[in-house]
Amino acid sequence: MTKDEIRQALIDALSAIAPEGDYDRLKPDRPLRDQLDIDSYDFLNVMVALHDALGVDIPEVDYQKLATLSAAVDYLSTRLRVAS
Amino acid sequence: MPEFRMPSLGADMESGTLVEWLVEPGQRVKRGQVVAVVETQKGAVEVEIWEDGVVDQLVTQPGTKVPVGEVLATLVGPGGAPSGPVAPAAKPAAPAVAPPPAVPPRAPAAAPSAPPSPRKVSPAARRLASELGVDLERVEATGPDGAIQIADVERAAKKRAPAPAARSPAPTPSDKQEAMRQAIAAAMAKSKREIPHYYVGTTICVERALQWLTAENAQRSVKERILFAAVLLRAVALALREVPELNGFWTDGRFRPAQAVHLAVGLALRGGGLISPAIHDAQDKRVPELMAALGDLIQRARAGTVRSSELTDGTVTVTNLGEQGVETVYGVIYPPQVALIGFGKVVERPWVENGGLYVRRVVNATLSADHRASVGHRGALFLAALDRLLQEPENL
Repeated sequence: MTKDEIRQALIDALSAIAPEGDYDRLKPDRPLRDQLDIDSYDFLNVMVALHDALGVDIPEVDYQKLATLSAAVDYLSTRLRVAS
Repeated sequence: MPEFRMPSLGADMESGTLVEWLVEPGQRVKRGQVVAVVETQKGAVEVEIWEDGVVDQLVTQPGTKVPVGEVLATLVGPGGAPSGPVAPAAKPAAPAVAPPPAVPPRAPAAAPSAPPSPRKVSPAARRLASELGVDLERVEATGPDGAIQIADVERAAKKRAPAPAARSPAPTPSDKQEAMRQAIAAAMAKSKREIPHYYVGTTICVERALQWLTAENAQRSVKERILFAAVLLRAVALALREVPELNGFWTDGRFRPAQAVHLAVGLALRGGGLISPAIHDAQDKRVPELMAALGDLIQRARAGTVRSSELTDGTVTVTNLGEQGVETVYGVIYPPQVALIGFGKVVERPWVENGGLYVRRVVNATLSADHRASVGHRGALFLAALDRLLQEPENL
């Protein structure tokens, strides 16, 4: 899976939960929570959606590694490479 | 004949628009069943019925805006046969009394007057008044010894209710936002006008509770993980057992404690707005059950499918503004409740314990309480109980 595909999967998961977000202007290095006004419950659901879409079970201790778009893409691509 | 009326879904609600009937004439309904969807200032609400019976007539058509207390449908009791066509409901009588003055005459503060004797009200009349949102202070009593009876409450409700408005156009999103702002304004202004708030707060070390939760979540699949908010809710429900005068309602000039803890949770909605639906019987739910109930409530609040009982039954409110980064919440009580518990953000702080200095995660817990129902000493005991319970997370 390419980074672009991972990025798209992540945006799909986020936009299902925060549909009114401006995803074209999302700053890759700023916290997603602030930019999309998502709370911890939303974040939990994003983790569930990523699990369903990518088959990655992200442990809670790693949640902080998915705080920004670019960090999350890096984290997921590493996890997926290790898995494959 | 029993009637199903537009319920009051909060101290601030004056009217609602019937969106949809979920039952039809001749259908048997059970107490607690969702029978209609009503659009309120706070969004769509699934309204439950509080009697068993058979639907006789659907009086109100979908799309109609009607005042609180207006008959929406008639029922026949369980086992009864629907009656024939009923006469149209009597037109509300024109107001026979002048509206009360906007500002009540101020009594001299020092006057040694005895408090007014509590009015006699039959239990059925009290229940009806609460359902219809009728202020018992303003009901003219005709019963023996000046007691208020059901008929008196009904008369008062009719006097108050304006004629039902004609079909109103569908509200636009900005109308809805404005309506919700108005609803919040009405409830909060009433709160600050009538409730003598007192505030107490303390910083609670939540390191043990968070570590316990991390260990717990490590064993759970991604779908079953628990948010710290559910742990806080559990601790609140348990602490309320120790200080029951924070759980209940202030109505008709006195505090009425509630047996169950229906924990209302302040939820911010996307696009602005605030709604505080309740988790029923929180006292009987352990942490995982509270998490499931909280998740369900959040989803439905955002989808606009909360139930009427969830909006009216809350006996106390918890608000958690930590998500937005603030450390301390000074809450406004939602009337007729008598307390609101606020949690701020979980932060790392230097913390002294047994003479040693450590970095610990802590949270500021505050209590806003109605001084008519409790005193600061009891409020302080509540926060102390909350602290104690959170130090033993394995017992929650």
